[in-house]
Amino acid sequence: MSLSLDDVKRIANLSRLDVSDAEAEQVLAKLNGIFGLIEEMRAVDTTGVAPMSHAQDVYLRLREDVVTETDRRDAFQAVAPQTEAGLYLVPKVIE
Amino acid sequence: MIESSLKQLSTALQAKQLSSVELTRLYLDRISSLNPTLNAFITVDPDKSLAMAAAADARIAAGQAGPLTGVPIAHKDIFCTEGWLTSAGSKILSNFVSPYNAHVIEQFNAAGSVILGKLNMDEFAMGSSNENSYYGPVKNPWDLQAVPGGSSGGSAAAVAARLAPAVTATDTGGSIRQPAGFCGVTGIKPTYGNVSRYGMIAFASSLDQGGPIAKTAEDCALLLNVMAGFDARDATSLDRPKEDYTRDLAQPLTGLRIGLPKEYFGDGLSNDVAAAIDTAIGEFKKLGAEVVEVSLPRSRLAIAAYYVIAPAEASSNLSRFDGVRYGRRAAEYTDLNDMYKKSRAEGFGTEVKRRILTGTYVLSHGYYDAYYIKAQQLRRLIANDFQDALKQCDVIMGPVAPTVAWNLGEKADDPVAMYLADIYTLAINLAGLPGMSIPVGFGAKHRPVGLQIIGNYFAEAKMLNIAHQYQQATDWHLQAPAL
Repeated sequence: MSLSLDDVKRIANLSRLDVSDAEAEQVLAKLNGIFGLIEEMRAVDTTGVAPMSHAQDVYLRLREDVVTETDRRDAFQAVAPQTEAGLYLVPKVIE
Repeated sequence: MIESSLKQLSTALQAKQLSSVELTRLYLDRISSLNPTLNAFITVDPDKSLAMAAAADARIAAGQAGPLTGVPIAHKDIFCTEGWLTSAGSKILSNFVSPYNAHVIEQFNAAGSVILGKLNMDEFAMGSSNENSYYGPVKNPWDLQAVPGGSSGGSAAAVAARLAPAVTATDTGGSIRQPAGFCGVTGIKPTYGNVSRYGMIAFASSLDQGGPIAKTAEDCALLLNVMAGFDARDATSLDRPKEDYTRDLAQPLTGLRIGLPKEYFGDGLSNDVAAAIDTAIGEFKKLGAEVVEVSLPRSRLAIAAYYVIAPAEASSNLSRFDGVRYGRRAAEYTDLNDMYKKSRAEGFGTEVKRRILTGTYVLSHGYYDAYYIKAQQLRRLIANDFQDALKQCDVIMGPVAPTVAWNLGEKADDPVAMYLADIYTLAINLAGLPGMSIPVGFGAKHRPVGLQIIGNYFAEAKMLNIAHQYQQATDWHLQAPAL
């Protein structure tokens, strides 16, 4: 399979990445090269093989339903681009 | 002193033959002198390091020292380190001073080690050459024209150049083993889940694993004693009893069965690397090992599976970098979506964007089954191949990479060529097995060759024993570049 320029722009939009036309052109050939490599695996018969989503067959541990972390809001918000009154500020979404 | 092992440094510190402050200053001076050439460190903060060294000296004076108390250790910039810039080699985190410590950093702090600085790396650990860092490429100390390998290129280069006695690193598809191989040092990627990923900036969560790089296998064992262990904050951390990884170092290798996968010695392996590996295998035979041929039939397909799974997980993990809670935000934007898109476009480098796009595509509607599920199925077949091979031998050995380190810039514009260079390392991460690299000689242009040792799950102590016995019989690990 081969990606088109429109595919690249659509994926970029889904990825929340601003990509100019020139960048999309540049990335297209590289992505097609990568997908050429990936295509090799599609010829393998995997009928009936259970997907292996993790290297270890672990199941999610449960913990006691108690508070274990201290409040470090100030420390965590100190590295935020913009905050006010303990909230993260972003551009207005609803007029 | 810079050639001393961790054990020798520890003995000298505890005998008060030198202080941690003196030792730390020695390395800081060396970093100051050589880092402008090598670019192995992103951050050095002498005041912070020397304060930790003074605290370690007080602990030693009080008789409360452990094996690594007062020893300076440098950390890959992927481990969140409280009060230190933690950039993951990315512009988008170039203003991020971490408010907390990764589990690994906590463990080293509790052991009384000194943080020597933060090490350069491929952006978000994506790369095989350390040319993808926002902070510029790292140079290979053996040949300044060569790459050091990636993504832990800064880590491996720092040890090779004796800028640090030992370091931390991470391995998602070979990022401990390949740079260790290219720089002629020793590194081990533990079994997946053996080292907590808490506070390790995530690239591909089901593949990422932290581990040490040092001059010797014995040093790696001492470091792993500190790094490994259960951590409830990482859902994939394995709840197993703490191990002493030095316990088997002295065991002889008589009767050891080494499996050599025929697929690792075919087309694509350069003659110089093949010759060095062959000589090393001969040395193991002299130590009492026997060799059996094994097969890993889906070795090449591991590349395809890896480059679906890793980008898929990366596209998900990196969605958190949106300019809202931490990291850089674009200066100008029109609305929320535009802020996300511009912040990410300005903050991420080319390779990271490429992997995000690849990952988004393989996870998108209509392609999920064809790519992502298919790759996960192939992953199970690859893991089964290893288990079949390991029924016939104790460990598998082979090259770390098909060639010695290539020239800076040589593959920078060809991602497929770069990905193919990972052919011997990727499958181990897919299977979650432990793997290590030890120096076994030199190839073209006197660039180092690494031998890969692959063990079954939780075989780290055995692998370190095998590497240690080899290093008792040879001196490749003691050789250092002229700088």
